[in-house]
Amino acid sequence: MSLRSPLGQALGRGAAKDGVHHWLMQRMTAVALVPLAIWLVVSLLSLPALDYATVSAWLRQDWTAVLLILSVLTAAWHSQLGVRVVIEDYVGSRGLRTVLLALVTYLHVLAAAAGVFAVLKVALGGAA
Amino acid sequence: MAEFRLPPNSRIRTGITHKAPDGAREVRTLRIYRFEPSSGENPRVDTFELDLAECGPMVLDALIRIKDSVDASLTFRRSCREGICGSCAMNIDGVNRLACTTSLQDLGREIRIYPLPHMPVVKDLVPDLTQFYAQYASVKPWLMTDTPAPPDGERLQSKEEQEKIDRPAACILCACCSTACPSYWWNSERYLGPAALLAAYRWIIDSRDEATGERLDALEDPFKLYRCHTIMNCTDVCPKDLNPAKAIAEIKKMLVQRQS
Repeated sequence: MSLRSPLGQALGRGAAKDGVHHWLMQRMTAVALVPLAIWLVVSLLSLPALDYATVSAWLRQDWTAVLLILSVLTAAWHSQLGVRVVIEDYVGSRGLRTVLLALVTYLHVLAAAAGVFAVLKVALGGAA
Repeated sequence: MAEFRLPPNSRIRTGITHKAPDGAREVRTLRIYRFEPSSGENPRVDTFELDLAECGPMVLDALIRIKDSVDASLTFRRSCREGICGSCAMNIDGVNRLACTTSLQDLGREIRIYPLPHMPVVKDLVPDLTQFYAQYASVKPWLMTDTPAPPDGERLQSKEEQEKIDRPAACILCACCSTACPSYWWNSERYLGPAALLAAYRWIIDSRDEATGERLDALEDPFKLYRCHTIMNCTDVCPKDLNPAKAIAEIKKMLVQRQS
């Protein structure tokens, strides 16, 4: 029960002066993922075979490693931005929302770090 | 917040059936949501069989006919009966529209009529629009200037400048759009909704207004503006054929453009 005026409730705490960057980055990462995803699929399909030796040899090429690291980082960033929106949309309780948003951010950083490490390990790790 | 079931006191029971009079020629069945807060009972859906030959062509005519001759307690808002006041907005066959401009002939033999979705119900087909109007007021829908008005006349606009606000200014605040928006359903206490954002846009692009920056500042918020995910239900249902979704996209574009 609140006796605050409807206008006071609608104004709330005012505008957060935030959201433009999130919105822009979501679109920029989406655009970047289009060529990266096409490159990944086409490169994999054009390999002579998909066995361990061929794929790890492909991964050890400089450009492959660079583009793959970019793909991992861009996908993780894009996913973090998207999942954040889903949580903001559907989780109403402020406490739970704060915890989930933090957790999701940590998980995405972890996934990105693990992905980059995996690529580097193969790319720089020498012969399999 | 998203809810998957209605709260227990909002679940709908089957109501009373009013049969068509003998000798009725063109019978339509109207299933109408009824809620009487003072009764302490859950809402119910009453069935009214109506002879179209005895009432006017629109859904509003049918409602008035029922109120006049079948059940005087049926409650709904209406005023102009020509699509300009926005009072009779309701959910007809699953779509938010104005009862006065929706032809009975365009609907099936059975017509379901509910109040606008996801709003508190005052009685029957009357939703509580207090928050909706407060959100409209919160975007300051009036001209704000530092330059005083010319002493000898009105503030002038070119024809092109007027054309920009011509359509957005035609909004009648019927609330069909905002109450059709899932983002507004889940977060209406923080998301302003398409109607208020269309109004904000109408003043942002008004060539005479001098508070464009403040208006954009006031919208730069993850909830007030960015809950819009371009679902486009707003534009789909607008009975005045306006385009709130495009207005919101334009606001987002302006916010990005002023950064670089």
